[in-house]
Amino acid sequence: MHSFQSMLNYFPEEVLEHVFDFLTSHRDRNAVSLVCKSWYAVERFSREKVFVGNCYAISPERLIARFPRFRSLTLKGKPHFADFNLVPNDWGGYVQPWIESIVRGGVNLEELRLKRMLVSDESLELLATFFPNFKSLVLVSCEGFTTDGLAAIASNCRFLRELDLQENEVEDRRGQWLSCFPDSCTSLVSLNFTCLKGEVNLASLERLVARCRNLRSLRVNNAVPLDALQRILAQAPQLVDLGTGSFVHDPDTESYNKLETSMQKCTSITSLSGFLDVSARCLPAVYPICGQLTSLNLSYAPGIYSDELVKLICYCNRLERLLVLDTIGDKGLGVVASSCKELQELRVFLSDVYGIGNTAVTEEGLVAISAGCPKLNSILYFCQQMTNEALIMVAKNCPNFIRFRLCTLNPTVPDAITMQPLDEGFGAIVKSCKDLKRLSISGLLTDQVFLYIGRYAKQLEMLSIAFAGDSDKGMLCVLNGCKKLKKLEIRDCPFGNVALLADMGKYETMRSLWMSSCEVTFGACKTLARKMPRLNVEIINENDQIEASFDDKQKVEKMYLYRTLVGPRKDAPGFVWTL
Amino acid sequence: MAKDGLGLEIELTLALPGGGGSEASGSMEKKEKKRVFSEFSGEETNTAKKNKMVGWPPVCSYRRKNSFSEEEGTKMYVKVSMDGAPFLRKIDLSPLEGYSSLLMSLEKLFFCYIGEGESSEYVPIYEDKDGDWMLVGDVPWKMFSGSCKRLRIMKSLDAKGIGLHAKDLLEGISIEA
Repeated sequence: MHSFQSMLNYFPEEVLEHVFDFLTSHRDRNAVSLVCKSWYAVERFSREKVFVGNCYAISPERLIARFPRFRSLTLKGKPHFADFNLVPNDWGGYVQPWIESIVRGGVNLEELRLKRMLVSDESLELLATFFPNFKSLVLVSCEGFTTDGLAAIASNCRFLRELDLQENEVEDRRGQWLSCFPDSCTSLVSLNFTCLKGEVNLASLERLVARCRNLRSLRVNNAVPLDALQRILAQAPQLVDLGTGSFVHDPDTESYNKLETSMQKCTSITSLSGFLDVSARCLPAVYPICGQLTSLNLSYAPGIYSDELVKLICYCNRLERLLVLDTIGDKGLGVVASSCKELQELRVFLSDVYGIGNTAVTEEGLVAISAGCPKLNSILYFCQQMTNEALIMVAKNCPNFIRFRLCTLNPTVPDAITMQPLDEGFGAIVKSCKDLKRLSISGLLTDQVFLYIGRYAKQLEMLSIAFAGDSDKGMLCVLNGCKKLKKLEIRDCPFGNVALLADMGKYETMRSLWMSSCEVTFGACKTLARKMPRLNVEIINENDQIEASFDDKQKVEKMYLYRTLVGPRKDAPGFVWTL
Repeated sequence: MAKDGLGLEIELTLALPGGGGSEASGSMEKKEKKRVFSEFSGEETNTAKKNKMVGWPPVCSYRRKNSFSEEEGTKMYVKVSMDGAPFLRKIDLSPLEGYSSLLMSLEKLFFCYIGEGESSEYVPIYEDKDGDWMLVGDVPWKMFSGSCKRLRIMKSLDAKGIGLHAKDLLEGISIEA
């Protein structure tokens, strides 16, 4: 035993490093760094990819000090509820200070992935100027930059492999950013500019595609018409992932026929999206590749009705991931259930976003999918109504859910048949799906559902609650029972100070807690902030400027708290008060 | 489930199929413990109130902005004439989501079949901002609905004789001829 111990102690660092190379998950790397001091040291010098789930939990300086050789950084900014306009735009999440520190720190940055952050053109210019090996930029739900910033990236990043823009708000400066890729740029593997509103120079795009022989993923925007798409596909039959632009054309033309031919030659495409503007008459052009698709996103395709959707989807026998609008209807989902036996992930979005009319999907569609697709493990489902019976059946059919997100149009609608709360239905889901990591609940719900969640959802990491529960007991069940909880977001629930303050240490084991329109008071938040110095407790008060003389008994409209190693942030705007 | 976007007298409600809506919100009234819904009690299908609920339904703002469903209030009525019909109709373009729904709405208005390509008896054309008559379907929907001033459902036979701006249409017809 003793000699074995000493053998381990003299394990050469190079070998340890080599072994650690096989650890790609940051959680695994975090775990090995806790084993002993030498492993900590080897691990920190060899870590190449760093993930920071909350950009205010740590400072860039401390990050660089611990991981001086990192090359890839993932950063997340605003809380999730910012997606639904619950957080003001200038709340924070600026990437600029991070980039400045990384430049000063002499880091050889190659990859930057940002989500819900504020990115300026200046930030993009810094990236383009100071990181000669920069290879990959992925921006998701960010804003603050324009096409001028993109032009800087295109012009200067000589080895750029990936430029992936997903659902960002980008101001169009009409500067022909795409034409800024020099003729010498041949390294692109992935290009996604779907979210851009403006025109791109089509000839430049075609030439770019032609010279980037390693291009695997291309997603264009609405300004790229169908005939340009055809010319692009003719140059790039090796594509694996395609996002179309405008998919409208007279099908009785040579252009359209050419498209059909070019599409047929793209035998590697397994992922298809786009259809930002589409005429149903043109959809048959993609029928030849349906059989090879594993991922299909039609959720931005307006005006395609159920029978047309179904005609396309019934050919997609290998589909593993499907995103559609609720215009597909229950019947359409029935066809999906019988055609797509490999389906793992389904998202059904609202076509009528302002909730004025009805949706065409109910619990029947969900049950049909669960019955027909045994591999289903992830669902996002907007629906008109739900029943306990349906949820119980779904739980029985699909015990493998990792993500289960249900949203009823009316947030407190009861079981459509029995008029009871939906507690039993969601209870069945958490009981059956032992690996459930993410849950969003909806409908009429009492404290009972939280009893079930606390008792059974042992792997749960993220929970979203709205208009649910009767008392503090509900929230307490969740905080006590869900040992792996990382993110809890609550709106419009009767949870108050007792629940908030019962187990303050719990919040240091979590990334963040959001509570808005609940029963939590100012005084309780102050208490929490005072007792837990390693938490930032932020009060967001948009209506009036923060008054120092806030009454302790006053209810807090929006509270966001998160663990941090670096204390209150210095960039908080006037309407955010860190207690 | 097709949406009827003709601007005809259609009553929109939040009622569930089978009329479950009113019962659903009736039970809402029981839950007066929820302080938010004390504002909503007694007004179940009040769409204006629903719209004021910030962040519900939870659709991310990018999707909201790119959704083609407009908020109530914006209407785009254009005149539609059909060859042989004694009077014109009007159609609201704003709730329509694409060419498929336009064609369906036109077919419903005039009880005709417009269809596609050479086989159909009728051809839909429109007058754009510049005063030119264009074939429906060439440009992206948003561009079309933004520039369409009026519509005309023309007999295909007449289209041969008149110089339309769509050479493709004439190609299609001449192939058949």
